[in-house]
Amino acid sequence: MSTEKNKDIETTGHSWDGIEEYNNPLPKWWLWTFYLTIVWGLIYTIAYPAWPLIRGATPGLLGFSTREDVAADIAAVNERNAAIMERLADVELASLADDAELQGFARNAGAAVFRSNCVQCHGAGAAGVQASGYPNLLDDDWLWGGTIDDIAFTVTNGIRNEQSPDARYSEMPAFGELLEGDEIKALVAHVRAISGQEYDAALAATGAELFIDNCAACHGDEGKGDQGVGAPNLTDAIWLYGGDEARLAETITYARFGVMPAWSEEYRHGQGLDRAEINAVAAYVHGLGGGQ
Amino acid sequence: MLDYVKLAALGLVALLAAIAANLARDLPYMVHAIIIMLVAAGLFVVTLRRIGEPKPEAPTGYMDDVIRAGVIATALWGVVGFLAGVFIAFQLAFPVLNFEWAQGYMNFGRLRPLHTSAVIFAFGGNALICTSFYIVQRTSAVRLWGGNLAWFVFWGYNLFIVLAATGYVLGGTQGKEYAEPEWYVDLWLTIVWVAYLLVFLGTILTRKEKHIYVANWFLLSFIVTVAMLHVVNNLSLPVSLLGSKSVQLFAGVQDAMTQWWYGHNAVGFFLTAGFLGMMYYFVPKQAERPVFSYKLSIVHFWALIFLYIWAGPHHLHYTALPDWASTLGMVFSVILWMPSWGGMINGLMTLSGAWDKLRTDPIIRMMVISIGFYGMSTFEGPMMSIRAVNSLSHYTDWTIGHVHSGALGWNGMITFGALYFLTPRLWNRERLYSLDMVNWHFWLATIGIVLYAASMWVSGIMEGLMWREVDANGFLVNAFADTVAAKYPMYVVRALGGVLYLSGAIIMCYNLWMTVRGEPAKAPVMAPAE
Ligand code: HEC
Ligand code: HEC
Ligand code: HEM
Ligand code: HEM
Repeated sequence: MSTEKNKDIETTGHSWDGIEEYNNPLPKWWLWTFYLTIVWGLIYTIAYPAWPLIRGATPGLLGFSTREDVAADIAAVNERNAAIMERLADVELASLADDAELQGFARNAGAAVFRSNCVQCHGAGAAGVQASGYPNLLDDDWLWGGTIDDIAFTVTNGIRNEQSPDARYSEMPAFGELLEGDEIKALVAHVRAISGQEYDAALAATGAELFIDNCAACHGDEGKGDQGVGAPNLTDAIWLYGGDEARLAETITYARFGVMPAWSEEYRHGQGLDRAEINAVAAYVHGLGGGQ
Repeated sequence: MLDYVKLAALGLVALLAAIAANLARDLPYMVHAIIIMLVAAGLFVVTLRRIGEPKPEAPTGYMDDVIRAGVIATALWGVVGFLAGVFIAFQLAFPVLNFEWAQGYMNFGRLRPLHTSAVIFAFGGNALICTSFYIVQRTSAVRLWGGNLAWFVFWGYNLFIVLAATGYVLGGTQGKEYAEPEWYVDLWLTIVWVAYLLVFLGTILTRKEKHIYVANWFLLSFIVTVAMLHVVNNLSLPVSLLGSKSVQLFAGVQDAMTQWWYGHNAVGFFLTAGFLGMMYYFVPKQAERPVFSYKLSIVHFWALIFLYIWAGPHHLHYTALPDWASTLGMVFSVILWMPSWGGMINGLMTLSGAWDKLRTDPIIRMMVISIGFYGMSTFEGPMMSIRAVNSLSHYTDWTIGHVHSGALGWNGMITFGALYFLTPRLWNRERLYSLDMVNWHFWLATIGIVLYAASMWVSGIMEGLMWREVDANGFLVNAFADTVAAKYPMYVVRALGGVLYLSGAIIMCYNLWMTVRGEPAKAPVMAPAE
């Protein structure tokens, strides 16, 4: 042990396995900082709620409370927006565009509602999740209607859920139980034909007839869809579940049943959206580019 | 006679485990029962074959074979734990790595506790057990107390780890962070831990030195406190004796507070007090210098163990926890700053007069940087305990960065230093196989930590700011998914940092292995680099 360099400082005199200890004093700055934190701690616990007593804790001189702070913050925002939120709740949506101030506010508020309630399914940019059944809300290809009132109705009641009696509803049959395998192949070819993709011409001809008999009732003679029953347009390049052969065959054989929850407070107690919020989010979605 | 009692007990355990496996109500329980059955049956056979053999003379001298086993276990578990860390880091950056075929076994949620337990309990725990056995013998100048009880501690503890790890992957967890194992695994650990306490305390009580060396105070406080924390936080009622599920005794905010009282003191006593014990032995040994200040070691020891116990509520700021508890947690955490730094000062100042070694001895360098990271994370911690800071940092990657600058920097580096110190001595080799490799390890690990910590600070503060951003009307500006997308580059950097850290550890394993095999040393005897 090379103690020569520190001859002036003593060790404690013990040695464990060759380890000795110097008897250096506590570093001054260390000790004073330690004292300082203790003093600060005492003052802090007098100023803030801290010491538990028999009936509750000392409240602190500053009257600090995290719960009250957050409640006050929320109340302040609500109060600031109260008047305009009320206007938004009562507005005739179709004429919202006439009131530029209200419309601007509604779109901002709607964007916030969308970010906390809708992005998990429709994506942060509202572009949906392609071929997974979550529709893109940016385009003008609407399943159930793209006017601002249509959108507000969809949001209020949702789609194919059991919450709202007014939920949008329809059911495409599972054609695997009704048609033969060859016929489904033919239908796939036909759908690919009308959507402008590569297809087998001979099969598509049979498919066209089958389509008129089985599908046109909902998707229309030309396959352009029907917003009354939420039947998608099959002639464009926008697919809810996918336009390749395997996906199409799957859709036709087993059908699909896309569900969206209802958002009105009426149908989800304590965690739904109120009228103003629904109007706001409808204005936001409508303003994304595809609104009609 | 004793052998027959042992045989009967092992046979009974194997039989009961077989029955339990047969009647098991869930998969983790069944797999665990099978593991226990196999272990008991294996021990039964071994014991049976040894019966009648003449008893070897009671060995004298230090008991080092169990420490050798501990060194190997530490190095291997380290690599496993780091590998798991690297994999989950990549899973966060590239979610496709949550493979469809492995759902329910290898997805992030299952592997995360596997990582944390592998690094803290398997790597850190084995390191603590084997170094504490080494230190307590050397500084008490006496053989470990209790004969083969030390072997029971080693194997029992590693059985606990296997049970814990298989449990997580199969879904057997009580869902309390760092205390995930289910009730019967907890019971087993309690038995093992009591045995550990007995071995350690027995050795101290039979010591030949007059005084107890400071490293042993820290180690003893670690063992005693962990026992208490473990028992209280795991108070639960099994739903069935034949299943893994249990119900916690506490509920709601009481349960949360108990959990973080445990969680924070796991940090305080497992990752801090225990490792300070390690530091107090290996740093003066490697530096060949006396400890800087005996007084400081006493004062900071008592202050540290008194204060840590109250700091838990800083994990629960702005939750259902009442404000008064949160204030106290914050105040005690800030006061904890200097007592924590006492260890850093004592460690660093021990080197004063030997600073030249920093240039020539990569092992000292490892220990120094470890103490540096200890100092950094124990400054960062009190700062994050301040409510206003925590309202930004909580739930973000900042916490993850804090964890790993402590874990990779402090716990990891001091353990590597200890392993490099121990291996040549335990296997009677003149020196390590290669000091160059230690140097490589040092730089890979250091750069790895820097990448890890820096990327997590950036992403943590960024996501915290994005979460709270509101527009002029008070509406949120960002969706949660926006913050996740924004973190992606930082996630990649972190994962790369992990790869570097892991590579360093693999190099270490190779180096230690070659040292043990007694390959001729590659490096010249330590000489000042000119
Ligand atoms: C749980 C997932 C989910 C959530 C959350 C969700 N949606 Fe939907 N949404 C859907 C699905 C699925 C459809 C398509 C249903 C179908 O197949 O007709 C849909 C359809 C829509 C449509 C109709 C699109 C069209 O083309 O007519 C609108 C508008 C819409 N969602 C708006 C919203 C808004 C606004 C929110 C948030 C308040 C929201 N959605 C939240 C799943 C969801
Ligand atoms: C009762 C009305 C109805 C009939 C009949 C019907 N469909 Fe549909 N179809 C729908 C509805 C509604 C959807 C949307 C389902 C959803 O969103 O979950 C749909 C969806 C589809 C889709 C998915 C479109 C996409 O964008 O991914 C295809 C393809 C399709 N139908 C083809 C057919 C074919 C071919 C037939 C005839 C064999 C047929 N449908 C008959 C109502 C119908
Ligand atoms: C190669 C090195 C390592 C890598 C790449 C790594 C990576 C990770 C990742 C990705 C997480 C999850 C973070 C999240 O959920 O966002 C994590 C959590 C964690 N890791 Fe590591 N890790 C490494 C080493 C270590 C070591 C050595 C220790 C301890 C000694 C450790 C202790 C922890 C702990 C305690 C957590 C949980 C943190 C929390 O819940 O706040 N890690 N690690
Ligand atoms: C004075 C010392 C320290 C204090 C006051 C402190 C304080 C804190 C705080 C405030 C948090 C964040 C809690 C949250 O917001 O959720 C935290 C998290 C954490 N710290 Fe420290 N820290 C200290 C030292 C250390 C050291 C040295 C290590 C590791 C070796 C460490 C490991 C951890 C871990 C693992 C977590 C994450 C817990 C979790 O959420 O899973 N801390 N610490």
